[in-house]
Amino acid sequence: MTDCSTLITATDVEVRFGGHAVLTGASVTVRAGEIVTLIGPNGAGKTSLVRALLGLVKPTKGSVSRKKGLRIGYMPQRLSIDPSLPLTVERFLQLGAASRHADFDAALAEAGAGHVMHSPMQGISGGELQRVMLARALLREPDLLVLDEPVQGVDVTGQAELYRLIQGIRQHRGVGVLMVSHDLHVVMAKTDHVVCLNRHVCCAGHPEAVSRHPEFVALFGPDIASTLAVYTHAHDHAHDLEGHVIKDGHTHADHVHTDHEGCDHDHG
Amino acid sequence: MIMDDFLMRALLAGLAVALVTGPLGAFVVWRRMAYFGGALSHTALLGVALGFLVGVAPELGVAFVVVAAALMLGMLGSVRGLSTDTLLGIVAHAALAVGMVVTATLHNVRVDLMAYLFGDILAVSWSGVVWLWGGAATVLALLTMLWRPLLNATVHADLAFVEGVNVRRVELAFMLMLALVVALAIKVVGILLVASMLVIPAASARTFARTPEVMGILATLFGALAVGFGLWASYVYDAPAGPAIVMMASIFFALSLIKR
Repeated sequence: MTDCSTLITATDVEVRFGGHAVLTGASVTVRAGEIVTLIGPNGAGKTSLVRALLGLVKPTKGSVSRKKGLRIGYMPQRLSIDPSLPLTVERFLQLGAASRHADFDAALAEAGAGHVMHSPMQGISGGELQRVMLARALLREPDLLVLDEPVQGVDVTGQAELYRLIQGIRQHRGVGVLMVSHDLHVVMAKTDHVVCLNRHVCCAGHPEAVSRHPEFVALFGPDIASTLAVYTHAHDHAHDLEGHVIKDGHTHADHVHTDHEGCDHDHG
Repeated sequence: MIMDDFLMRALLAGLAVALVTGPLGAFVVWRRMAYFGGALSHTALLGVALGFLVGVAPELGVAFVVVAAALMLGMLGSVRGLSTDTLLGIVAHAALAVGMVVTATLHNVRVDLMAYLFGDILAVSWSGVVWLWGGAATVLALLTMLWRPLLNATVHADLAFVEGVNVRRVELAFMLMLALVVALAIKVVGILLVASMLVIPAASARTFARTPEVMGILATLFGALAVGFGLWASYVYDAPAGPAIVMMASIFFALSLIKR
């Protein structure tokens, strides 16, 4: 299913941490103009998968391939700058991309934080910080936005606004978005493709289908699932306490990575 | 006042060190590596001993051991169940103890321990001054070249990596610069006080700086003032020069707190 709109693909990735696998057999594909969201409980390997895709960790098995010349705008989960470092928002943006001043204004405005340009990085609120990081990612004119829990530390109204913003960015710019999120309701409403992780890919697909998937229900509980979906069907495999698949452990990743046709990919 | 020749040399040597410990020290503060610098400098006595054992200049031994220690500490990273802080505490004092023991067992040389522990800036020769300026200029040039990627890696290493900075290489270069500067600065303030020349002027500059660059430059200024006033105090009151310089730096830091 690889075509020229495919930006990045992980195939059957395994990531090990301190000797044991935190993620096995994970596959995910992001295409241009598509929002893909990784969900799953804490320790499910969401961030590990993102780090593997970004090249920050080397998968012990499997591979990651990127479209040639892919530009990534990355928004990390946490940014804590030591208070001893005098850094204004403007300077922080300059560190990411050597653009003109007008571009900084535009990017900050697009991210909805135009007013903090000259504030020190340590003096802005959590929500403003998220927007500033988003602006820095946008300044790179990315083909792919990678957002690790973009609404962290943002209040509820701010969260909805940020998700709307991300959707808007996808629409204007036609970028692909890979997002890690906790907020199931918003994810289900604003995402094209959901990958549910629990140390492996539990299920993947359209949000509606995923919310009905038995593994999803098993992970998040029937209460949450029922608010998101209409019915459930039979569970085809079970998990032990650590999340390992006990029987019939095939995954539901629906993006099978096949040979490339027509466009260049860097394999890593 | 016509300056005595030795005082002139001491001032020039001190200024060379202040020039480079300012901006480099700013990075030490931003990266929370004050204790790392301290641990690094404590390994220097081992270098002195090694220099005598092998029969090369002690400065060469110091440079070698400190650079090796920086690389090792950089790679050490973590031992299960112990924080970096604890590990650095172990390395620092183990190295100092071993250095003392080895130095004491050198039978045919008498090592002026005080000179190495607290600096011997008043005894610096003209060739020593040239070495210090050469070393300081080299590190400063390298730091200027790497300023932007290093600042980027300091703000967020992963973000810098994704944006194309070779974080590993830049951080390795930083470790090497730090080791080199520690080796240089030992001449001026000694093994036990080196870290203070990295940390105190930079910390004093924080209140007055709105950008990283200004903080680096101001740190150099504070360091230079400390060197000048410290040497003056040393000359007038016959105080040991290294500690006098650090004392002055500390006074400037205390004054900078008033503005805050």
